[in-house]
Amino acid sequence: MLKDITIGQFFPGNSVVHRLDSRVKIIITIAFIVMLFLPNSFYGLGIGMVFVLGAFLLSRIPFKMMLKSLKPLIPILLFTGILNLFFISTGDVLFEWKLIKITTGGATTAAFMIIRIIGLIIGSSLLTYTTSPIALTDAIERLLSPLKKIKLPVHELAMMMTIALRFIPTLIEETDKIMSAQKARGADLETGSLIQRAKALVPILIPLFVSSFRRAEDLALAMECRCYHGGEGRTRLKQLKTAPRDYIALFVTAGFIALTVLADKML
Amino acid sequence: MAIIKTENLTYVYGEGTPFRKVAVDSVNLEIEEGEFVGVIGHTGSGKSTLIQHLNGLLKPTDGKVFIDGEQLWEDKKRLRDIRFKVGLVFQYPEYQLFEETVYKDIAFGPKNMGLSEDEIDRRIRETARMVGIREELFDKSPFELSGGQKRRVAIAGVMAMEPKVLILDEPASGLDPKGRDKILGQIREYHKEKKNTVLLVSHSMEDVAKHAGRILVMNKSKLYMYDTPVNVFAKADELSNMGLSVPQITRVFKRLSAMGVNVGEEVYTVYFAKDLTMKLLSNK
Amino acid sequence: MNSFLKAENLKFSYINNIEEPPVRTEVLKGVSLDIKKGEFVALLGHNGSGKSTLAKCFNAINIADEGKVYSCGFDASLEENLLPIRQRVGMVFQNPDNQIVATIVEEDVAFALENMGVEPSEIRRRVDEALKTVGMYEYKDHAPHKLSGGQKQRVAIAGILAMKPQVVLLDEPTAMLDPSGRAEVLKTIKMLKEEMGVTIVLITHYMEEAAQADRIVVIDSGNVVMDDVPKKVFAQVERMKELGLDVPQVTELVHHLRQQGVDLPCDIITEDECVKALYELLK
Repeated sequence: MLKDITIGQFFPGNSVVHRLDSRVKIIITIAFIVMLFLPNSFYGLGIGMVFVLGAFLLSRIPFKMMLKSLKPLIPILLFTGILNLFFISTGDVLFEWKLIKITTGGATTAAFMIIRIIGLIIGSSLLTYTTSPIALTDAIERLLSPLKKIKLPVHELAMMMTIALRFIPTLIEETDKIMSAQKARGADLETGSLIQRAKALVPILIPLFVSSFRRAEDLALAMECRCYHGGEGRTRLKQLKTAPRDYIALFVTAGFIALTVLADKML
Repeated sequence: MAIIKTENLTYVYGEGTPFRKVAVDSVNLEIEEGEFVGVIGHTGSGKSTLIQHLNGLLKPTDGKVFIDGEQLWEDKKRLRDIRFKVGLVFQYPEYQLFEETVYKDIAFGPKNMGLSEDEIDRRIRETARMVGIREELFDKSPFELSGGQKRRVAIAGVMAMEPKVLILDEPASGLDPKGRDKILGQIREYHKEKKNTVLLVSHSMEDVAKHAGRILVMNKSKLYMYDTPVNVFAKADELSNMGLSVPQITRVFKRLSAMGVNVGEEVYTVYFAKDLTMKLLSNK
Repeated sequence: MNSFLKAENLKFSYINNIEEPPVRTEVLKGVSLDIKKGEFVALLGHNGSGKSTLAKCFNAINIADEGKVYSCGFDASLEENLLPIRQRVGMVFQNPDNQIVATIVEEDVAFALENMGVEPSEIRRRVDEALKTVGMYEYKDHAPHKLSGGQKQRVAIAGILAMKPQVVLLDEPTAMLDPSGRAEVLKTIKMLKEEMGVTIVLITHYMEEAAQADRIVVIDSGNVVMDDVPKKVFAQVERMKELGLDVPQVTELVHHLRQQGVDLPCDIITEDECVKALYELLK
């Protein structure tokens, strides 16, 4: 079901990770991605994974949540794994049967890719689990604010992101409702050819569009009534302020990157 | 024979997750053909979940649902046909309109049933008349109509499927008093003319009291009672405790009888209250 | 300066530009109305009577074609008064889902203050205060879509309250709620009036809600047709029904009994009054 998706959800909390400045968290996440893709050895990769799992422990997000966010991606993981396993043929041959050939090179690359993707998912889920969507868009707005100079509408983009995040659950619920209503009128959504099924979506998509426009109109009015007039002169409830812990976090991250590079070179 | 029958109907949301909730808890129910039933219950009482089982939109976690003697979900291929026997009008049904014209939108349901053009045409004209949509409006886009008209077109779209049971979830919500009376009056006319079973889900006890011959009360996922209005409103205090708003007039007469006035009967409509007061006055 | 919201011969038309040539529909046809500080006014009228349009004239969303509108002393037709008016005259809408901007309750309540450029520490203080006022403080970290309708509506009211408005306009705030949600919202509205002295304009289709106002204004096809205390307005049962409106059940009962010649006062609009009068009659 659509409702079970946990990626992108926010779990309010009070851990160190939650309290980090959202800008710092974005930078650390980017640094972590570098950490995942830089090394060529399992040692380097292992250090990256230690880093992210450590952060996960600090965040006190239940481990189950992480597994849940990985679950829908298992097919992708398997696909990448198999692809790499069978189509890379460097190193010694481990196993051969008719056309299928598995080599040490293929196996290592497959393992590398899978670990990297898992790391990527854990890292990015950790960011969204511990950072409210608003803080996230806020941080993106501020990190991108130098781009205002080249006339990029940074505030407007961030506002749009916030509103989109706000209305995703509402629209999912609405889609569910419209689907039930049309099914009750005998709409057949489950059988038929691809074209028939695409056609069957019309009675769902049109009402959904109509209602989205209506909501957008209402929301614009409500925003105007609350004195919204663009980004100029706006203040924020939650100030982004860097605290010592943010510098410590950046420092630790830098250390881990250095460690990754070293491990890769030395071992 | 009962047109709707449930045996031990149970539905659980989110089984195996921390959000697990029993939405409908072993409901046994028999509704006779031709009844006008008011369905009441607090938000979250399970009434919406219950009605979605009656036309197979939800599959029971446990228990059985029979429509017109036939068990739902026994043969999945029959589901769609049985579904045509139970028309379900959701809350704010105008949000489901999508066709270019009013005529085509009302035709959507009957067309899905595979009826002939002539039969579809007959049904559209008949139901449009019943809900007070003039034929001049047939070629208009449903999106050009007023709120009340949209609502009535959407209801006509389900009525035109001529279901043996018509279920309406809050058909009057959001309308002004005149619009409310109009739509509820039309539904009552439909019931009178077609002699079909009607289930009216409503938060307004006034509306339910005015129209229903029987009342079904859901409370905390269970069927609290299914009885005549007199017997249901006799439990006005219990209903209030469930967070339901008993008609103002019922509260007045409850208080009068608590003050020692011998009212004698349960009061739930203004007209009945008037007649009763006149009778009490003449007996003095 | 006693009058807080004032309309003088206000005319307003919607223009439909999709049609060719554009179609003009006159919605308000010369409304004059004077609402005083601290009043609780219920604005009634059937759908399409122009009551929402009127409300939107008071916070400068709609600008009068003819006539004058003054809100808290500001001329609503002047561009520079737009923001001062909207800070003082807050508006709550029917659909609770469509007026919540943020994904966290407290951040939504802060939205107006952020737009006004209020200092962060002051925003914090006022957000907390507003949430406490409507009884939603414990929910400040919640996601709005997980709240009940009544709770969402209270969050929307808090978002307006945080601006410290002098007037709150509510456009059918209870229409999409269940009875308990309606009771929650009405209780909040009455508290705003009684404890904080906020002027209230409530648009509603529920006559029991209107009966609790100080004054009822009835709009019909763009004109004010009735303007009096609830007792006087509801006493005209036939007239109200003609206008597509209703009266509380107790008022209707008393009306029918009076028609039968029973000696009862014509101005009964609450349950208590009705119980008392009938008790006198039947004891």
